[in-house]
Amino acid sequence: MTPRRLAGIGAFTLASALLLSACGSSGSDDSDSAATGDDAAAGTGIVSVSSGEPQNPLTPGMTNEVYGGLVVKNIYSGLVYYDADGAIQNEVAESIESEDNKTWTITLQDGWTFSDGTPVTASSFVDAWKYTANLENAQNQQYFFNGFEGFSFEENSDIAVEATDDLTITAELSVPSADFPLWLGYSAFYPLPESFFENPDSFNEEPVGNGPYVIDSWTHDQEISLVPNESYEGPRTPANGGLDLVAYTEEDTAYNDLLGGNLDVLPNVPSSAFATFEDELGDRAVNQPAALIQVVNVPEWLPEFQGEAGVMRRQAISLSIDRDTITEQLYSGSRTPAKDFTSPVIDGYSEDIPGSEVLTYDPEQAKELWDEAESMDPIGDYTLNIASNADSDHQDWIDAVCTTIRQDLEIGCEFAPYTTFDEFLDARDNGKVEGLFRGGWQADWPSMSNFLGPIYGTGAGSNDAQYSSEAFDAKLAEAAAAPDTDTATTLYKEAQEILFADLPGIPLWYQNATGGYSENVENVAFGWDSDPILYQISKQ
Amino acid sequence: MLWYLGRRLLQVIPVFLGATLLLYALVFLRPGDPVAALGGERGLPEAVQDQIRAEYNLDQPFIVQYLLFLKGVVTLDFGVDFRGREISDVIASAFPVTIQLALMALLIEAVFGIAFGLWAGMRKGGIFDATALVVSLFFIAVPTFVVGFVMQIVVGVKLEWLPVTAGRDPDVVSLLMPAMVLAATSFAYVLRLTRTSVAENLSADYVRTARARGLRRSQVTGRHVLRNSLIPVVTFLGADIGALMSGAIITEGIFNINGVGGTLYDAITRGESITVVSLTTVLVLVYIGANLLVDLLYAALDPRIRYA
Repeated sequence: MTPRRLAGIGAFTLASALLLSACGSSGSDDSDSAATGDDAAAGTGIVSVSSGEPQNPLTPGMTNEVYGGLVVKNIYSGLVYYDADGAIQNEVAESIESEDNKTWTITLQDGWTFSDGTPVTASSFVDAWKYTANLENAQNQQYFFNGFEGFSFEENSDIAVEATDDLTITAELSVPSADFPLWLGYSAFYPLPESFFENPDSFNEEPVGNGPYVIDSWTHDQEISLVPNESYEGPRTPANGGLDLVAYTEEDTAYNDLLGGNLDVLPNVPSSAFATFEDELGDRAVNQPAALIQVVNVPEWLPEFQGEAGVMRRQAISLSIDRDTITEQLYSGSRTPAKDFTSPVIDGYSEDIPGSEVLTYDPEQAKELWDEAESMDPIGDYTLNIASNADSDHQDWIDAVCTTIRQDLEIGCEFAPYTTFDEFLDARDNGKVEGLFRGGWQADWPSMSNFLGPIYGTGAGSNDAQYSSEAFDAKLAEAAAAPDTDTATTLYKEAQEILFADLPGIPLWYQNATGGYSENVENVAFGWDSDPILYQISKQ
Repeated sequence: MLWYLGRRLLQVIPVFLGATLLLYALVFLRPGDPVAALGGERGLPEAVQDQIRAEYNLDQPFIVQYLLFLKGVVTLDFGVDFRGREISDVIASAFPVTIQLALMALLIEAVFGIAFGLWAGMRKGGIFDATALVVSLFFIAVPTFVVGFVMQIVVGVKLEWLPVTAGRDPDVVSLLMPAMVLAATSFAYVLRLTRTSVAENLSADYVRTARARGLRRSQVTGRHVLRNSLIPVVTFLGADIGALMSGAIITEGIFNINGVGGTLYDAITRGESITVVSLTTVLVLVYIGANLLVDLLYAALDPRIRYA
């Protein structure tokens, strides 16, 4: 027995060695053939993009996160699309018109088809919108239809949208909205083919769209391959042979892949590379403000921030935050200090709205205001909490902000962590946060109203601090009904003056789109929404 | 032997029930509401959230959820995750690559750990021994993610010897670097275990006897020293199979491998109790299987254990 078993052990070791070397040799063959494959594929120019696994079905009504969004905006065409500057251009629409900003008539171009060959008609839009707006269908993007007449959050609603003929849609809004055409480029307003309504559940794996690309293959958690849609004749003609949206779990890994030449486009530079990526990538680095603002919200349920003294405390806190230093030192310039409540990529952005001085670092004035508030309405030995979820990298800036608040205002200041994002949401939405809390807003469409209404309008969906101001609401309504954009812009600025006086949220900085691309691709531009505009990228 | 095997397999049932109940309770006790986070910053309409909770039985009490899970296990229908994918599909796509990675790592640490350990143990106090001790100490001390990122940047990005990541359609070559990183810590332990064990056995009576009988050096080393020295090593390697599979979270993240680690991490952050418990259950079964394998190997290495 003994010799045989010994031989067994010897054989195991030997076999392992052989297996290892065999792995090595067969592996190198594989990589050789893969390399030739890549060379051959270079002619067709497949652009690889760092992304992730979509979390929801790839339908307009369900896609509310960035990975799915990147697919959806390339496989569907809406009535309009946003160009790199955030201006809208007609895609399926021929015209979008209204007399009063309330009743709208949309005319479609003739000849559009879905990738299954069926025509894109007015009903393709109307049915899709009604489906998404209806409560029983439990669509993530239901919220986006609350501007339509007949919409309800409580029961199945029949929104006032009709297909009057094959190429005409009429829509009735509940209140006038001058920027309605801007909404229509957002993914919630994309059309759906008839086959969707027959079997919505089967649609997820093989969505049928009318956009510049169709899904060629989808390996879950790994890669989604898009190829140009042969029947697409719209303005967003692909300049490449297709897109490989590669799922990454670590941003650092994706960045290393970009440096190693295995990845063409990286929409998000990892924070660990903020200080170095512009040196490493040179003119292939992208760093521009995006439609994303970060704020600290002041919850209305905290007594110490009420009344005149409360406003002074809000101002004092804002004045004691050194935005320039934090964005430069902590974020290496990948954030831009805030000057208003919107974003520099939005039409109408302004740096000199009256009241915006509170965004400039001024420790002396801050201390004066805090002391004055203290003499009016004493709260004594005070420790300010700034709350956030701890499963994301928010602690760094909160610590930085707290350091200056402690020094300048001579009060305590602490990071109040919630273990998970959903625990934070729960506390926030139930009014249980005992301090300021972080807030962020990424615009759905490039308009000022989208930065103001949903966050600070009374009872609005994302008004997490429960701010309410009749004057502000009235100003927003007036701006939405304005006959032209210039008037609207003036009114939105006046609305922001009210916000600067009340400070329901303290603007911190705009998040920049930080990305990069490889030497193999050209014409890389990042849109107003900080996503790369994929169809126009070409690969040598 | 068969009776032994059967008894060991029956032990799986209470271990399975205990482990899943415990895991389910832990995930259930996790603070917050995963459905609320599904909609991101903006959140989902309350009615939509209610529908999702009902769909995934999240509105049921803990024990009902657990029993429904057990029913799913018995009928081999785990249900779907929050993204609408069959959990059995998720398991089927996550495990093969992790198993491949873990086995490659196991092979690397076993072959190199035992070989180097044997060499170091035979010449205890020599230059190779000293070097091996320092190098293995280094691997034990430095965290996996440091080794991983350094190797990725040096070997992958700068030298271009191996692929930077294994994400797309991983083959043996692209898994080589992650497997080495995954094996690094355990390799150091295997080396040290083998070394100490070999050095001890070299001075044992039976080795002296074997030498006195005039056996050749290679025979003494292979038949007597190595075989007896392997028992603690095999114990370690057996337990390591499970550890390698569940410990791949960091390595899989660094090298973008779509395996159990990444999937589990995702599921935990999303609070998807069913996915977490299903994946972990399979890991528990792997642990049980690996331990069984170790016990059987013991019997092969040392007949006294077999007859005991």
